[in-house]
Parts: sequence; C-alpha cells; structure tokens
Amino acid sequence: MARITLGDLAHSYLANPAGEDDFALKPTTHVWEDGGAYALLGPSGCGKTTLLNVISGLIRPSRGRVIFGDRDVTDAPTADRNIAQVFQFPVVYDTMTVRENLAFPLRNRGRDAAYVAARVQAVAKMIGMEGALERKARALTADAKQKISLGRGMVREDVNAILFDEPLTVIDPHMKWELRTQLKALHRDFGHTMIYVTHDQTEALTFADRVVVMYDGRVVQVGTPKELFETPAHTFVGYFIGSPGMNLFDARIEGGEAHLGGGSVALGARYGALAGRTRIGIRPEHVTLGAGGGLPVAIRRVEDVGRHRIVRAEGAFGPINIMVPEGTPIAADATRAVFDPGRISVYADDWRVAPEAEGR
Amino acid sequence: MDKTQNNRAWFLVLPVLVVVAFSAVIPLMTVVNYALNDTFGNNEFFWVGLEWFEEMVTSKRLHDALGRQILFSAIILAIEVPLGIYIALNMPKRGAWASLCLVLMALPLLIPFNVVGTIWQIFGRVDIGLLGRTLKGAGVDYNYTNDPFDAWITVIVMDVWHWTSLVALLAYAGLRSIPQAYYQAARIDQASRWSVFRYIELPKMKGVLLIAVLLRFMDSFMIYTEPFVVTGGGPGNSTTFLSIDLVKMAVGQFDLGPAAAFSIMYFLVILLVSWVFYTVMTNLDREEDR
Repeated sequence: MARITLGDLAHSYLANPAGEDDFALKPTTHVWEDGGAYALLGPSGCGKTTLLNVISGLIRPSRGRVIFGDRDVTDAPTADRNIAQVFQFPVVYDTMTVRENLAFPLRNRGRDAAYVAARVQAVAKMIGMEGALERKARALTADAKQKISLGRGMVREDVNAILFDEPLTVIDPHMKWELRTQLKALHRDFGHTMIYVTHDQTEALTFADRVVVMYDGRVVQVGTPKELFETPAHTFVGYFIGSPGMNLFDARIEGGEAHLGGGSVALGARYGALAGRTRIGIRPEHVTLGAGGGLPVAIRRVEDVGRHRIVRAEGAFGPINIMVPEGTPIAADATRAVFDPGRISVYADDWRVAPEAEGR
Repeated sequence: MDKTQNNRAWFLVLPVLVVVAFSAVIPLMTVVNYALNDTFGNNEFFWVGLEWFEEMVTSKRLHDALGRQILFSAIILAIEVPLGIYIALNMPKRGAWASLCLVLMALPLLIPFNVVGTIWQIFGRVDIGLLGRTLKGAGVDYNYTNDPFDAWITVIVMDVWHWTSLVALLAYAGLRSIPQAYYQAARIDQASRWSVFRYIELPKMKGVLLIAVLLRFMDSFMIYTEPFVVTGGGPGNSTTFLSIDLVKMAVGQFDLGPAAAFSIMYFLVILLVSWVFYTVMTNLDREEDR
C-alpha cells in the first residue's frame, strides 16, 4: 500500500493537443493519502474515468507523473502497479465458474493453492455468493456478475488501491445500499486506499471521507461532505451538491453588501474589489420566506418532497429555490426572500472568494 | 387473452410456398423419380425400387470419393480455422490500415469460383506458371498434373487462399464486439496473452466460429468448380471429390439412375452432418449455462 501522488498530470486523447480544450484531463496535482476513502464526483464526461485509468495505468498520461509511495510508475504497465479496478459494467470470464473467476487474479500472480482457496472463500462470503461458487459465471444475472467483479477487485490483499468506476450502476437500489455499506466496512477493516467514481452525490457523500469534485477535466474542490455543502469552492460544486443546488445570482459586491436585481443584501463579511463576473450563492436551505425584509419574490410553484417543500420563486434577480421545512405554512403574504448573511458565498469568475474581514 | 384465429393468413404464405415448390421441391422430386426408376430413353421408366441405392451404398468408387472428400474437408478446416483466427487477432483494430486490411481480405471472396480455379491452374503450371516455374527453378519436383500429392497440395492451398478470409472476417467481427472493459479487466488481473485469448477472446468468438466452421464444412464438402478447373479430378482419380464424381457419373456416363441415388444420399449426408454438428454445438452451449 502506498500514497499516490499525481504530479502536474494532464491527459489528452488527441495526439497533438493544441489548446486547453483538447485535454480531457486538465493539469492536476493531487495526493491520495494511503488508506483514504475517496469519492470522485462529477458529471458524465468530466474526466473522472480518465483520471482513474491514468492511476491504474490503462492510460499513459500525456503529461506529468504518477507516483506510488516513492516509486515513479508513470511508465509502468498496469500489471506492475498492483491495482484493483472494478468497471461500470460487469466483466466476468464467461467460461469460468464463480470460484475460478475470483481466484483468477491470485492464480495469475502464482499464489499457492491453499492461500487462493482461503481468500476466495473469504471474498465469496463478503459478496454473499458462497452458495454459487461452482456455478458458471455467464449464467448469472447482471448484479450477481457485478458482485463477482467487485469480489475480483477485493481478492488481493496487498493492492496499492482499489478503484471503483461507477460500480453500482447495474445493481438494484436496495442491493446498492448493502454493497456500499459492505465496501465501507471493508475499508474500515483492511484500510485499502479506495477511489470511488460516481456521478451520484448521495453515493459519493455516503461512501467517502473526502470527496473530490471534478468539472470539465479539472478538480474543482477536495473536501469532506460538510465542506462541500457549506463552502463550495466553485459555483459548479454549489450547483452539483445539494438537491436542489445552490442559488446563484449575478451581483455587484461593495464591501459588506451585494447589489443585485431588486435591491441589496447584507453579506456576513467584507470583501475587497473583485474582478470578472461576480456572483453570490446561497443554498435553498438558508433562505426563508417572510412578509418583510429581504428581496421581493413571486412564488411560481411549490413541490412537496416529503421531509420538506421546495418553493420555486422568481425575483428581479432571476429564479430562486427556497426550502421550507415541513409543518411551516406558506402564508399568502410571504413575498419576501430573506438570505442568511453568514451563509452567502461570493464568487468571482466561478471561484469562491475569501472575505477580506469578518463582520461588516 | 384469446389469440385471434384467422385462417386467411395462410394465403399470405402461399407465394413463398409456390416459389419454393418450383425452385426446390419439384426439381428434387424429379431426382427422386430418376433414383427409383430405370430408363432406356423414349421417356419410358421402369420401377427398380431401391436397387440404385443398394448399388451406390456398396460401390467402392463412391467410398473412395467419400474418403477423399472427408480428408479434404478435415484438412482445410484444420488449416483455415486456426489461420483465420490468427489473422483476425493480428489485424489492425482501427484506422485506415483496418479498412485496407478488410478490403484486401475480402478480395478473394469476390472472385468467381471458376476464375479462382483458372488463376491457380495457370499459377501452378510448370511451363508458364509463376509458382510452377519458380519451384522448378528452385529444384523442387513439383507437377500437379501427374503427381497426386502435388495435386492435393495445390487444391488445398487454393482453397485456403480462397476461403481463409471468410473465417478471418467472421472472427474479426467477433473480436470487435468485445467491450474494451474486458481487456482492461484482464490487465488489472494480470492475465497473460494466452489467458486473454483462452478466457475472453475465444469464448466471445464462439458464436461466429460455429457459423464459420459450419459454412466452411458445407462448402468444402460440396466443392466442385475449383478442383475441376485445376486438376479435373486427376491425376487418375486422386482429386475426384464427391461432386466431381457425381458429375462424371451423371453427365459423363449418363448413368442417371445411380447418379440420382448418389445425389440424394450426398444431400442427406450433408444435411445430417450439419444437423449433428449444430445440435452438438448448441447443446454444449446450453450445458455450460448450468
């Protein structure tokens, strides 16, 4: 096991990338601590799988280095890196039994038969397939096949990292929870570095200690689920995490105030002069509807999602989502949206700006 | 739910039945007619029952031709299937070279059978053929017109040249349908090149290979044009395969009765072997699912 360092890494699928747009993975420097449980979160096509394949050596990066511990493995083949990877769609060896499938990575490394048998038994128990060990893998259902793929990923004890590339896409929802819990337990028990790629924020937030959010080939924020929720470093993180995502409005920032269509709001801190497109962001959870104060809005729609209601409203500054807790009535004169000043983030050209000084 | 029954639907298959009747059933029945009768001309037929069949079943001439036929099919299958797979494995996967390779591979398949025969007939001639002259110049005693072994070699090489492409193209199509993730998983699992072939490529190609073997068996078992053009069945009878023998009997000697009995048995043998072959393969497939 080792800590994995990506040094100024970039990858393009084109032979001669001209501009930045040609890169599927923009220059990234990142350290994956040994034993961490990471989620790599981002929309489809943002470079998550590319990053994963670079780590496992399926792709050689156009630029930069991949370092395991102290060893530079940029040019080392996949087999040398001792990495396990589970793919989005199940990969099983059709002609083999479940047992042979699970034993395959160990046999290829020439482990002795007794050890292989013991490991296969342990992994089969973990994925709940002890009863099906003698069956041919090809006759199984898609989620059983995916469990075999997961099992093959976990059968080696000495791997440097286990990479999961949206592994639960084909699995039933109730099974998903169970397998994710098992992966988490596995991580606790054995302490492998795990990197879990997903575009599902619930999956990312429940699995990982640290979430790496990617957008357009770039890592935009690394943090705990709490940090991502409370202080999104990039407007994309604000919008992507949370349901619904952060409200973003174009605004002019002057010291401790933001001027936007329909009036101005107080910010929790003072900001210096900002360049570029400035916006403020506030989560629907931190906006309240009231009769006075705040900014005028007109309610368009109310969606009841069970634990709370989402009010879709429209102000002079644009559309806004407001979360109203269950049991709180929405009065007829509730035409003002009040922002919690301490929860407002300020963005210049999509990146979060740190306040110059606390207070006003 | 009750299914609607409408017997008028049968009228819709009538055109097909009529076409099949004229193209297959009626011609086949005339052959059956010849096989069960003897004629001395004047369109007079005398019922002989199964006599022609008995004569053919015990005929040494037919046994010899059948033996040669089986040997020929076995040899070309043993060469073309592995060679086709090997070529498919080494063909470029994408890009301009892949297209070029596909076109080159398809070329032999587009040449008419008798032209293939003519090409090799000339190619192998010792007096003017490129191959024959070259071999002679190199001191090899090669002459397909009077040496049975050389004749066999020529006919087999010709068939391999003509038809390996078919196996290769089918195998290539099978290989191309394997998702990239399988190869990636194999690299993660540290599988050797042989393991990748044995556990990923071969199982995924099985379906198309089954079709390739079946097609090549049927075609080679019925081969006529190419060896007829090159060797005419000779020297002696050494390359007289079943259909060449059949044509000699029917058209050359005008023994319509025995030839008809022969062709019916020939047809049944191909049907039987293909059926057995197919059933065995699909059963194997089903057993694996258990």
